[in-house]
Amino acid sequence: MSIIKTSFGRRSFLKSSAVAGGGMLLGFSWLTACQTSNTEEEVMAMPKEWFEINSYLKIGDNGLITIISPNPEFGQNVRTSMPMLIAEEMDADWKNVIVEQAPYHPEHYGFQFTGGSRGIMSRWEPLRMVGASARHMLRAAAAESWQVPLEEVTTDAGVLHHKASGKSAGYGEMASAAAKVPVPEEVKVKEVKDFKIIGTSRKNVDGKSIVTGKPMFGVDYQEEGMLIAMIEHPPAFGMTLKSVDDAAVKAMPGIKDVVTIKSYKDDFEKGGFDTNAFAEIVAIVGNSTWEVMQAKKKLKVEWKPITAYSETVVGFRGDKKTVNIPAGLESTSSHQAQMAKLAAKPGKVVRKDGNPEKAFQDAAKVIERSYSAPFLAHNCMEPMNAFAHVQGDKVRVAAPLQIPSLIIPTIASSLGIPVENIDMDITRMGGGFGRRAYAHYIVEAALISKQVNAPVKLMYTREDDMTNGIYRPTYQATYRAALDENNNLTALHVKAGGIPESPLFANRFPAGALDNYMAEEWSIESNITIGAFRAPRSNFMAGAEQSFLDEIAEETGKDPIQFRLDLLQRAKDNPVGERNDYDAARYAGVLELVRDKSNWDTEQSTGHRGVSAYFCHNTYAAHILDMTIESGKPVVQKVTCAIDCGIVVNPDAARNMAEGAITDGVGNALYGELTFKDGAPEKKNFDQYRMIRMGEAPKEIDVHFVQNEINPTGMGEPPFPPIFGAVANAMYKATGERQYSQPFLGDKQVIG
Amino acid sequence: MANFNLNINGENKQVDVSPDTPILWVLRDHLQLVGTKYGCGIAQCGACTVHLEGVAMRSCQLPVSAIGDKKITTIEGLSENGNHPVQKAWLEHDVPQCGYCQAGQIMSAAALLKNNANPSDTDIDAAMNGNICRCGTYTRIKSAIKTAAKMG
Repeated sequence: MSIIKTSFGRRSFLKSSAVAGGGMLLGFSWLTACQTSNTEEEVMAMPKEWFEINSYLKIGDNGLITIISPNPEFGQNVRTSMPMLIAEEMDADWKNVIVEQAPYHPEHYGFQFTGGSRGIMSRWEPLRMVGASARHMLRAAAAESWQVPLEEVTTDAGVLHHKASGKSAGYGEMASAAAKVPVPEEVKVKEVKDFKIIGTSRKNVDGKSIVTGKPMFGVDYQEEGMLIAMIEHPPAFGMTLKSVDDAAVKAMPGIKDVVTIKSYKDDFEKGGFDTNAFAEIVAIVGNSTWEVMQAKKKLKVEWKPITAYSETVVGFRGDKKTVNIPAGLESTSSHQAQMAKLAAKPGKVVRKDGNPEKAFQDAAKVIERSYSAPFLAHNCMEPMNAFAHVQGDKVRVAAPLQIPSLIIPTIASSLGIPVENIDMDITRMGGGFGRRAYAHYIVEAALISKQVNAPVKLMYTREDDMTNGIYRPTYQATYRAALDENNNLTALHVKAGGIPESPLFANRFPAGALDNYMAEEWSIESNITIGAFRAPRSNFMAGAEQSFLDEIAEETGKDPIQFRLDLLQRAKDNPVGERNDYDAARYAGVLELVRDKSNWDTEQSTGHRGVSAYFCHNTYAAHILDMTIESGKPVVQKVTCAIDCGIVVNPDAARNMAEGAITDGVGNALYGELTFKDGAPEKKNFDQYRMIRMGEAPKEIDVHFVQNEINPTGMGEPPFPPIFGAVANAMYKATGERQYSQPFLGDKQVIG
Repeated sequence: MANFNLNINGENKQVDVSPDTPILWVLRDHLQLVGTKYGCGIAQCGACTVHLEGVAMRSCQLPVSAIGDKKITTIEGLSENGNHPVQKAWLEHDVPQCGYCQAGQIMSAAALLKNNANPSDTDIDAAMNGNICRCGTYTRIKSAIKTAAKMG
């Protein structure tokens, strides 16, 4: 057993006096039973009394356990997998566990963060410690009550036992006494072989609520007297508010007010997640959504061009950087011209191994290929929204967001109130994908509520959501490979850039596998805002790199998997450089597993096959995609997937994540694209923006996990980036044409 | 504004709204039935799917004045206890990720199975093509529809 000190997370052991706020008109329930498949009669009744063990745990006198799930939920299923970690170590009976969503409360729940596929990874030890501490406290209470040595008290599925005397008691019976036991200084956590809950598939604790349409999302939040607000933001990037004529709109039925808001105080130092192109906007406030929507159509607003400006942004680790925002109305055509120009010039060298210049000079053959991808909109199915009620110097907020702590200082500054006066509930998110890490919409709701002096729910229309910015940037990468006269790869050169950031990861594979390697980058300033989008930067680089490696493998006459494995073998045996940020053996492991599971060598496939593998967010993923062309359309017959994310906490839920990432990736590779004309996004709703649909989804997805006992790593993002390469490489096999420019199909309905 | 008597999930409901108000907003804002979701407002994403006399309809395009005495069923009224075969199959396959589109997906699937007890893959593709899921749960949705079909 490993022993962990409880001290580093002692704040987790503060008792939580206040649990999720009341007064909710709809009976917005933060509680869900874990046994969704049971009928309601079978779930244990609510106890007469709850006993708080720590801020994450309450045990009822009847043995029912409430586990408070700390992180925001956007579909990655942490509301199931995080409580599983606690339940495992406390030896709880899963069917007697109910899950409650934590409000924002860093003292109790630490960093409540959904992003970077870091949820389970960062909570792995702390949450098991919470469970193990509770188990210790229950055992100590039993030992005291029974007057037996602590070490002789065992636990099993919510029951305490003393074998020698034959005594036993449910957790509920000892909960009152356990709550008074001092928190242990250190606790033992289980060995992997002793897990009973971790590693077994548990149904989504919210499944029943979702399929019966219970209120749980931000948009579902309602309170007595609540008004509806909608915003009008500039129609183009590079524009800002000039004037509003609200006379006609104010007279419309159900309209209460039209207000203008400014999201940031002039002296406010923005954080890295305060991205917002449209800080000055107009809000229409009224009784009902439909009435406000009608008024929004009639509102007369004049906009004016912005002037160029610079701002200092404080990064995640306190580092400051200056960002220059140019004036002007940008278009995709001008972006492409600018990118082509920079791609042709030398970039900033980020890594150089050996003598790549000489290797290219001496090469018998040089292969050069360029790849590009457009801006993408997140298109979370639930548009951005937030509830806020400002009363004096206090605000109450309920909203779907990924990183509560990063918007708290902004809310405080913009309202001019202390951070302690912000009370925030975290609702379920109808998708996030990075978009909800930028929670400016909460600041907007709060400012509107303050002006109209009423509780307000701010709702973005789909058009507001799609044209608001914070997009996946547009990227470009040029790869060059040097081959000698024996077709050996002797050097690789990558130069990548984007608007407004470079996608390059200079120290990722195949860096480390080649004697001569060079990585360069460039970027172009823009007033179009960008943000994290499911596996930022990786979501482009993986496709470009894996397409290029596929082409080199073919050029050198090697099997594409073996070609990658040979490079990885080199990186494992004799790595070049010291900053290679991947484990070559684990990387090779997923390729070998997917080769095996897909019967690659026997060529018993359901279509033309493309392979791709990538490492990001601490997890390795490899895909083999089988494609056919039917009536000129690519059909994904099957995707076989192998993942190494260490211990898999909830296997079926992890498979669901991988299936979703694959389908989402196929969709974005084939259709995803946002273009601009004179600063305005050219796609505003789903009639213009092509999302993957049922008939285009892979017909079969077969997910496999590498079995090991390594601490768990990310699952939400890693299977996403490599699918772009798998689509491109399978399309080449199916059509004979390489794909260099995303989206591979776009608005074209058929190939050729 | 005008008064409308509606039959929703077997109950009579009265609302006083503008005649052009889509049923989506009548449900969400006036009747506290928020299971039906807003996704696009132009009948392109299917998140707002309800049944009108058993037929799947996009409620964002259905003005309250056009309903008359036709029966509306929402996700809240699909079954007594969440035990419609489609709901049970959804739980068996643990379909949802974020869950936002799933009420619409379930309503589309339930309407499909009502008219076609044993749909082929092509039938499912056609019936479900109007429902977008950004999380990408389509393969599970298809499996769940097949399971629900077997439950009959």
